[in-house]
Amino acid sequence: MSIWIHEDSKVLIQGITGKQGTFHGTKMDEYNTNVVGGVTPGKGGQFVELPNKKVPVFNTVSEALEVTEADVSLIYVPARFAAAAIIEAADAFQEKGEGLIVCITEGIPILDMVKAVARVNQYSRVRLIGPNCPGIITPGDNGGTKAGIMPGFIHAKGRIGIVSKSGTLTYEAVAQTMSVGEGQSTCVGIGGDPINGTGFIDCLDAFEKDPQTVAVVMIGEIGGSAEEEAAEWASKNMTKPIVGFVAGSTAPPGKRMGHAGAIISGGKGTAAEKFKAFEEAGIYVARDPSEIGNVLVKALKDSGLR
Amino acid sequence: MNIHEYQGKILFKQAGVKVQDGIHCKTVSDALDAYDKLGTKVVAVKSQIHAGGRGKGTLYDQETDDLVMEGGVKIAFSREEVEKYAENIIGRRLVTKQTGSDGKIVNNLYVEAGCSIAHEYYLALLVDREEKSILIMASTEGGMDIEEVAENTPEAIHKIWTHPIDGLNEKDAVEMAEKLDLEGKSKQELVSMLKSLSRLFVEKDCSMIEINPLVRSDSGEMIALDAKVSFDDNASFRHPWMEEMRDHSEEEEVETRAHDHGLSYVKLDGNIGCLVNGAGLAMASMDVIKLYGGEPANFLDIGGGATRESITTAFGIILEDDNVEGILVNIFGGIIQCDMVARSVIEASNDLGLKVPLVVRFSGTNHVEGKEVLDNCDLDVHTASTLAEGAEKIVYLTRSVE
Repeated sequence: MSIWIHEDSKVLIQGITGKQGTFHGTKMDEYNTNVVGGVTPGKGGQFVELPNKKVPVFNTVSEALEVTEADVSLIYVPARFAAAAIIEAADAFQEKGEGLIVCITEGIPILDMVKAVARVNQYSRVRLIGPNCPGIITPGDNGGTKAGIMPGFIHAKGRIGIVSKSGTLTYEAVAQTMSVGEGQSTCVGIGGDPINGTGFIDCLDAFEKDPQTVAVVMIGEIGGSAEEEAAEWASKNMTKPIVGFVAGSTAPPGKRMGHAGAIISGGKGTAAEKFKAFEEAGIYVARDPSEIGNVLVKALKDSGLR
Repeated sequence: MNIHEYQGKILFKQAGVKVQDGIHCKTVSDALDAYDKLGTKVVAVKSQIHAGGRGKGTLYDQETDDLVMEGGVKIAFSREEVEKYAENIIGRRLVTKQTGSDGKIVNNLYVEAGCSIAHEYYLALLVDREEKSILIMASTEGGMDIEEVAENTPEAIHKIWTHPIDGLNEKDAVEMAEKLDLEGKSKQELVSMLKSLSRLFVEKDCSMIEINPLVRSDSGEMIALDAKVSFDDNASFRHPWMEEMRDHSEEEEVETRAHDHGLSYVKLDGNIGCLVNGAGLAMASMDVIKLYGGEPANFLDIGGGATRESITTAFGIILEDDNVEGILVNIFGGIIQCDMVARSVIEASNDLGLKVPLVVRFSGTNHVEGKEVLDNCDLDVHTASTLAEGAEKIVYLTRSVE
């Protein structure tokens, strides 16, 4: 198995005719991801040429789901329209029964996300990953399913689950697992925005239940308290070992570090607090991302997995 | 984006939140005119900077660094006092708990009609990441540092949340008023104020509204004596007026310039400049430099859409900082291709006449090609295959410079 997306998942791209949508649609197709179509209002009936096939464009997500039976909708819509795109996808999946929405877009107004996340949360069988994230990937035997912007070629199918707030730091974690001969079950980028869909705990819970996953790498960063809550949850509910890293030990207070959510405010949300919570929860801590591989090996050995 | 108190109060007034009459001033004579116009005997003379703790701050002379006055907010009982306080404030450097030791130059003043105070409260609205909604937080311990209240007497802080779609529920607002022990007219006024503020928060895409203190006057009116308002920059596209409220002198010029080039830059105090793709990796690069005994000079995320031009700009910004004694470039190529970065780095180094050691670490898309480009260039550039190796090298190289 793997979590939320599988080797045979059918992926729809909202914003497929845009520059980003077409570019990443092409990369996904090259990775053997089953891209089944796209949505761009006003461009229904057109087709988009991908390396291995031609896929249809629809005016609405509803129409697209009816024809393609997609399981996943990936959003590359510009920030000002992205929340509406999430809500449209959520409503359409709810009507169909279930589905996964992955929103890559960065810079969505926070109050738009408050509304969009509230809508998604009304539907128990609809999940949102992101926004402001690299997406989710399940490496397969030949390519895999890649709903996002990550470079596919750095991954390999394996038994380590990865969850991270950051994009390139996720790739770093992937490279670290590879450096010690481990592949990945699924890698999820939950994004660096203050209001997002899927959180650390959702991912840990899914990895705990996933038979393919034997250990998890969790990458946090300064701001908020999601890492602390995840650590506490993990100490009570996880049997699989977790390796953790938190970015931003050297970040000054009160300054936003790139991501909208990465800010130490009122002395809260520091990396030191998060590392402490990790350690207290029995999480294997890497203080340097280049050490994740070695720490993972130790965690696997301690659990009799190597 | 932050705005000044006087600007926040204009928004409050428009939204139906009670404030005292007040006038924005730039000079001492403005302040005297304002005093005459307000016609009240007692006025507050308030420094306007984008930082809290003004009342307990200290004003210093810009040139001599001599202490000019304790307190950036003063109550004046006469025209003479207004003059004295305005002179002591305008053009001075105000250092508060929130400004850091450099403080901020005060270019704006607000002269506000005095107010009888029966009790001071604290009130704030902000986006709650955990509840994923707007949190309204209030306390009867007004005028105090809310972080101290939260630390020492958390039970004195009351919280309600607005509904993400339907907004503030009247029942919750009433409950909040009761928790603050408000009765009669004051209770009604608080409920109406909470409604107005939550509407304002959503309509203007605020990220925070803080009123400290909110006061109950002797006659039971609820008045916002302070207004700290900030907006979500991501929503500026639907609020063209935001740009007019922006005070560029309050913002770091270099950070704004970086932002205009699609870069995210924050200056720090160390000596090792960093150029990285991705915010998380950029923070991690700083952390690892520190771990190996160095001090990062900046946070810099060139983003996924970086180009030759933006990388050259990024290099220029890093080198503007005189403290920089070495640069670490750390790229994990995803969309961005390492060979493009390599060529841009060479170009920028030549253009800018790079004189400090440079370490480049490439991984991901086209990292082999990127390393080849660097190996075959005339530039004295060191390469590394992991972040740890890169950090270790640049720390070593900057040490040997000394």
